[in-house]
Amino acid sequence: MKSRMIATLFVAGLVFFAGYAALFIAPDERTMHAVQRIFYFHVAAWMASFTAFFVVFVANVAYLGTRRIEWDFLGVSAAEVGVACCTIGLITGPLWARPVWGIWWTWDARLTTTFVLWLLYISYLLLRGLLDDVSRRATLSAVFGVFAFLDVPLVYLSNRLWRTQHPQPVFFGGNGSGVDPTMSRVLLICAMALMGVMILALVDRYRLERLRYEAAELREAVETRRADRESIASRGAR
Amino acid sequence: MTTARAAAILLAKELRLEFRTRELLYSTVLFALVVVVLFSFAFEPTAAESRRYGPGLLWIAFLFAGSLMLQPSFAREQSNDTLGALRMAPISGFAILLGKMLANFVFLSVAEALIVPVFAVLYNVSLAGIAGRLAVVLTLGTVGLVVTGTVFSAISAHARMRELLLPLLLFPILAPLLIAAVEATASLFAVEPALDRAWLAFLGGFDIVFLTASWLLCDFLIEE
Repeated sequence: MKSRMIATLFVAGLVFFAGYAALFIAPDERTMHAVQRIFYFHVAAWMASFTAFFVVFVANVAYLGTRRIEWDFLGVSAAEVGVACCTIGLITGPLWARPVWGIWWTWDARLTTTFVLWLLYISYLLLRGLLDDVSRRATLSAVFGVFAFLDVPLVYLSNRLWRTQHPQPVFFGGNGSGVDPTMSRVLLICAMALMGVMILALVDRYRLERLRYEAAELREAVETRRADRESIASRGAR
Repeated sequence: MTTARAAAILLAKELRLEFRTRELLYSTVLFALVVVVLFSFAFEPTAAESRRYGPGLLWIAFLFAGSLMLQPSFAREQSNDTLGALRMAPISGFAILLGKMLANFVFLSVAEALIVPVFAVLYNVSLAGIAGRLAVVLTLGTVGLVVTGTVFSAISAHARMRELLLPLLLFPILAPLLIAAVEATASLFAVEPALDRAWLAFLGGFDIVFLTASWLLCDFLIEE
């Protein structure tokens, strides 16, 4: 409990500092000016969401390999947190694109891939909601999760072959790419802050899922016992 | 029994079941036809316009029809728990899945073979000289659709609202297949038809990736 409070305080401090750094410490971008500052949260949200989706995949594979229900808890928690971060990215993206590109949205490779990714993990969550049996839900949604994860590179590749407008990667993008060192440091802080928020939410969600599972098990045990008692009572009455 | 032999027997069973009533085939073909006709109201079906929209329309029709057709693939095994009987048979889980995939492939291919000529007539697209290459594109695209669709039909069969769920699971996954199939078809409908090998290779890759994945994961789909 105490370590959790410390972690929450630490992440909260990091978020405040990241906000300050993105608004006041990072240098002004030459052509985009203040609008560009959304970049620090846009990119950081992507990093957090892709990490979360990768955790979903790892949890899915681990569940299928071990059949330990804890991996299923991790899978659903990471998927929910990932979809939340992905939604942040999908909202901040158009807000940035409108003043800079002049359009809210374009069907470019990375945008399309992310949009499909978002749809895939929403359908993963939807599927889970519609499967009632616990172990069947875990198994079937894990299979779907693996298929969804395999699909992501194919979606990207197909859109890459097809049409693209999003800027080329500015990090590790070869010659002529790269950003101001202060900017990349600020981005690092923002990424850490959002990653921290993501992990905190993930841990909380995991705990909630475990409690739900335990509550369901207890409820079932109570039901069984009540049914037993009633059958004994009715036998006694006879 | 080898997987291939078991799958062949299951394929024969599926075909016999379907061709007794032909319900699924009729409704799928009719549905695709309705989509094709509805599209003709949405835009002018001249030869030039058809070159632009035709491939997309054709594949959207196949996708919708496919999701409709794949729906009962596993769901109809449930009413008498015949899947339980299949599970008890001394055959591999993949054989069950493969038999279903082959059957769905046959159904959808038959439906496509009926729809494409009608489409060509209604939309002024000449199939002369491209029929063979179009068949290759259709085959590769249909394999991908059927492989993922059969797996997801096994998943959604256990869920509530399964009729609604299958398209929701299937369509996002099929986004890359749709792009590749439409582009490959468009290259054939062009004024100077040419087969786009890059997209063809992509379709083949899609089929291999998901066929391998379903081979690896089939036991989880079939289990109790």
